[in-house]
Amino acid sequence: MRYSGFSLAWNALRGHSRWPTVWRDANPSPRYDVIIVGGGGHGLATAFYLAKNHGIRNIAVVEKSWIGSGNAGRNTTIIRSNYLLPGNIPFYEWSMKLWEQLEAELNYNTMVSQRGVLNVFHSDAQRDVFARRGNAMRLHGVDAELLSRDQVRKLAPYLELDDVRFPIHGGLLQARGGTARHDAVVWGFARAADRLGVDIIQNCEVVGFLTSAGNVVGVETTRGTIRADKVALSVAGSSSRVGEMAGLRLPIESHVMQAFVSEGVKPIVDHVVTFGAGHFYVSQSDKGGLVFGGDLDGYNSYAQRGNLFAVEDICECGMALMPVIGRLRILRGWAGLVDMSMDGSPIIDRTPIAGLYLNAAWNYGGFKATPAAGWCFAHLIARDESHPVAAAYRLDRFATGHLIDERGAGAQPNLQ
Amino acid sequence: MRIGCPHCGHRDVREFTYLGDANATRPDPNAADALQRFVEYVYVRANPAGPHREFWYHKSGCQSWLVVTRDTRTHEVLSVAYPAEEPTK
Repeated sequence: MRYSGFSLAWNALRGHSRWPTVWRDANPSPRYDVIIVGGGGHGLATAFYLAKNHGIRNIAVVEKSWIGSGNAGRNTTIIRSNYLLPGNIPFYEWSMKLWEQLEAELNYNTMVSQRGVLNVFHSDAQRDVFARRGNAMRLHGVDAELLSRDQVRKLAPYLELDDVRFPIHGGLLQARGGTARHDAVVWGFARAADRLGVDIIQNCEVVGFLTSAGNVVGVETTRGTIRADKVALSVAGSSSRVGEMAGLRLPIESHVMQAFVSEGVKPIVDHVVTFGAGHFYVSQSDKGGLVFGGDLDGYNSYAQRGNLFAVEDICECGMALMPVIGRLRILRGWAGLVDMSMDGSPIIDRTPIAGLYLNAAWNYGGFKATPAAGWCFAHLIARDESHPVAAAYRLDRFATGHLIDERGAGAQPNLQ
Repeated sequence: MRIGCPHCGHRDVREFTYLGDANATRPDPNAADALQRFVEYVYVRANPAGPHREFWYHKSGCQSWLVVTRDTRTHEVLSVAYPAEEPTK
């Protein structure tokens, strides 16, 4: 059923008791053209764009748990394209453009809210760095605006602008950035992919790969063997673990990143705001909770829970930026597993194993990339060549020296 | 998370800094395939889900480098040793 004002009114008249199921809970068929491993936002978006842009309809998305139960449900819902390096800006800007039309594309309310992303800076030197980033963005046709201290004060009067240690000198604003509803993104892509014939198979964990003459020709799962011409991995957080089953060794460490939501309060934070003197970012959900996060814990982990020192550091940064939150209570905290690559940038590429494709290493930034990662990964799987905006995200860039190191931290994932 | 430093005893993790995988060994720069080996050494990681041998530095304590074996699924510290005194693997 297509969602519309008419369908809403019609179902209201019937007491909302007969809305159809949003997607089929499919059972695995013996064979598909493409199997996508991982039913998060990226995997489902890949399936949707494969079906819509490339006409490949015989697709399965296999997910070990329920869809959206991994990092798609553990992020802080921020979307933005305020990057610096040439390999990154066109990709993230393409993602931003897809976000801007996503609801019409999916016929689903993903609650995209372009409330603006404001990065504040605290020194003259940092202003130069932010101005450079803003200029790089504008040269690539992305919106960016350098704000004075007074302009920041007007936008966000609750910030501690006159702090002695970290006075705010101004900010870089990307007005088109903002947030989207993470679960709705997963459900929207799932529903749209399902309507194009994609099988979404939940509670189906991949436990091995089928190979023939060195090529991957299917997967072994907890629900049986499934054959396919092409197998695509979209399991960021566990890429090393799943890749290892196929014999891949990747330039990735799995780390744990925490995020938090406070009790609900009346509207105060109108934008996404980031602190420049430490690592802290915050936005306010429609329910009123402040959603915030910061640094990684900083050591290899698959535990999906973090330690208290990171909580303390993030809260200290929050208090330095906006002491107004001092009496707020934290309602919930959670942690996601992130693939940290050695240069802090993602990988969308073929692997050395024929028939096996890789979308991995999303570091901190997988959510905002969801539509473009799906778009570009689908392009790669269908045509066996990289999409132009994702051409830099090669697996062999570490060997060839074409690293995309936004942070300039080198091969130290815990510092990226 | 606490790490049992052989010199200082059990201390909170915030006294330590993390370097990462302790299994990588620096390749011989004169080997024929040195370039390939250095790419592996610098960039590629086993990244296991389970026991992981890793370097930690006790910066706010005795300032020793330590080899910690820790389960990455639970954060349980299985053993701690000075690199020089560790049994060869």
